[in-house]
Amino acid sequence: MVTLTRTTVAGRAKSRGRRHRGETLTKVLFVLPAAVAMVALFGYPVVKNLLMSLQDYGLKTFFTGVAPWVGLQNYSTVVTDKLFSDAMVNTALFTIGSISFQFAIGLGLALFFHKKFPLSGLLRSLLLLPWLLPLIVSSATWRSILEQDSGILNRSLMGLHLINDPVPWLNSPSVALIAVIGVNIWIGIPFNVTLLYSGLAEIPDELYEAGQLDGATGWRAFFYITWPNLRSVASVVLMLGVVYTIKVLDIILGLTGGGPANATQTLATQSYEKSFIDFKFGQGAALSNILIALSFLFAIFYLRGTRRAVDE
Amino acid sequence: MMRRTAYTVIGVLILCVMLFPVYWMLNASLQPSGNTLTAGFLPLHPTFSGYRRALDEQGGNLVTSMIIAAGTVVLSLAIATPCAYALSQFRSRWVSVGLLAILISQMIPGIVIANALYTAYERIGLLNSIPGLIVANCSSGIPFAILILRSFMLSLPPSLVEAARVDGAGLFRAFVSIVLPISKNSLITAGLFSFLFSWSDFLFALTLTTKGGVRPVTLGIYQYLGTQVQNWNAVMATAVLSAVPAIVLLIAAQKYIAAGAIGGAVK
Repeated sequence: MVTLTRTTVAGRAKSRGRRHRGETLTKVLFVLPAAVAMVALFGYPVVKNLLMSLQDYGLKTFFTGVAPWVGLQNYSTVVTDKLFSDAMVNTALFTIGSISFQFAIGLGLALFFHKKFPLSGLLRSLLLLPWLLPLIVSSATWRSILEQDSGILNRSLMGLHLINDPVPWLNSPSVALIAVIGVNIWIGIPFNVTLLYSGLAEIPDELYEAGQLDGATGWRAFFYITWPNLRSVASVVLMLGVVYTIKVLDIILGLTGGGPANATQTLATQSYEKSFIDFKFGQGAALSNILIALSFLFAIFYLRGTRRAVDE
Repeated sequence: MMRRTAYTVIGVLILCVMLFPVYWMLNASLQPSGNTLTAGFLPLHPTFSGYRRALDEQGGNLVTSMIIAAGTVVLSLAIATPCAYALSQFRSRWVSVGLLAILISQMIPGIVIANALYTAYERIGLLNSIPGLIVANCSSGIPFAILILRSFMLSLPPSLVEAARVDGAGLFRAFVSIVLPISKNSLITAGLFSFLFSWSDFLFALTLTTKGGVRPVTLGIYQYLGTQVQNWNAVMATAVLSAVPAIVLLIAAQKYIAAGAIGGAVK
């Protein structure tokens, strides 16, 4: 009798154990396809780029399969290239210029749309359109608007007598970068508005009502109530903005192709040209690794900064 | 009341400024052909010759883009949905590892993926192929879909699935018959975005195709832009046709789009 009970209990425990193991397996299967995809689409490329950047990986490699190891030679080649410092400066100007204006204008519009008025919801969602358009479509459209001789921008400015000669927006090395940054600001505003608006919507109205009693209205309300409560959303927006902007390629290729006279080359366009125009994959990989490293450095410093701010 | 109406007027004006380029794209697409842009502010004599030419030259590319985008949606959702469920409901220390991996993946430039996939595709013969581009486009679809779906599934009460389990359903059965149906809205959102990402892809189209065969429409526009634009109306007509999915989705699925933009980024 006693032994019988014991075996049943043991048997039950055993079957539960088997079921548990089966369940663990099912759970793994839920994640496995995504894990494989992430490794294939992100892990493999990162490792492959690290390896390629240490190899003489060029056109010949595709025929012979041979890619000799060259140590850090690719890095020294690209860094000493006379275009490298220009590309670094352009990447910095492009990123800082785009982000600061996108954020400032986005915040202004988010505050505006936060004043509930008829149609504000509809207008706000229509505002998303520039962000949803394929980047190459936006590039084509802006190419036609900024066209030097017959583009509508120059025609309007001349018609209003604001300028005497057409501005070569995309054809002059001195203004092309500004024009490209301008287009990128236009593309990024909707994203900033949407996220900042959602941050504003989460600030409870009671705070403003209480603030009003203490005389916090208008600008004071913004500085003492809105901004402190919006900080965490704002920092997410800024970090995503930098991480996404630093690697932008489509818009520049579509608008200027890095020209005129390399005035709009960034690390991303340089990396593209090295790999897919010159077929020097080793050098292209070296440049893109520098790009990743910058992105990571920024993220780490940034996360550390915000954590310290939160701790205080 | 007066004040709120004034706000609406200002809002409409802001929108007009922001959407002017979109209007201009439409306007320029209705002009007669030519290599200069002489369009007035209104298309007083609209012609559809640009569209005729665009459909002639880019019709096939539009179909290619459609197939690639649809394929990306199916593959991304099939891979992302179970994973999103796992990341939202399973208790494991691996959950935070997975989330961190997804966040880090957002920092990896497309050109890095293109570099590596080009060399791999070259070896296994996936260059110039639709499956090759579908897989590459999943690199934007999958992480985004996981984030969106997970943020929704976090709110599912575990009791829902447990009830089915008590009735003897396996974990997978419960997932298919209970979790998927209630996640319909977030699946639509994630699917719409995967579609848009893939439809808009230009980098992979540019780098992972080397000859004419497979050519998404974004690449068609890029080649139009080449050095000197010959027919602005055809370029802009193609641009309008390529913008249609974005416009349709924005109008038809407004609430999903805003939810997606917020869910994917903040959560």
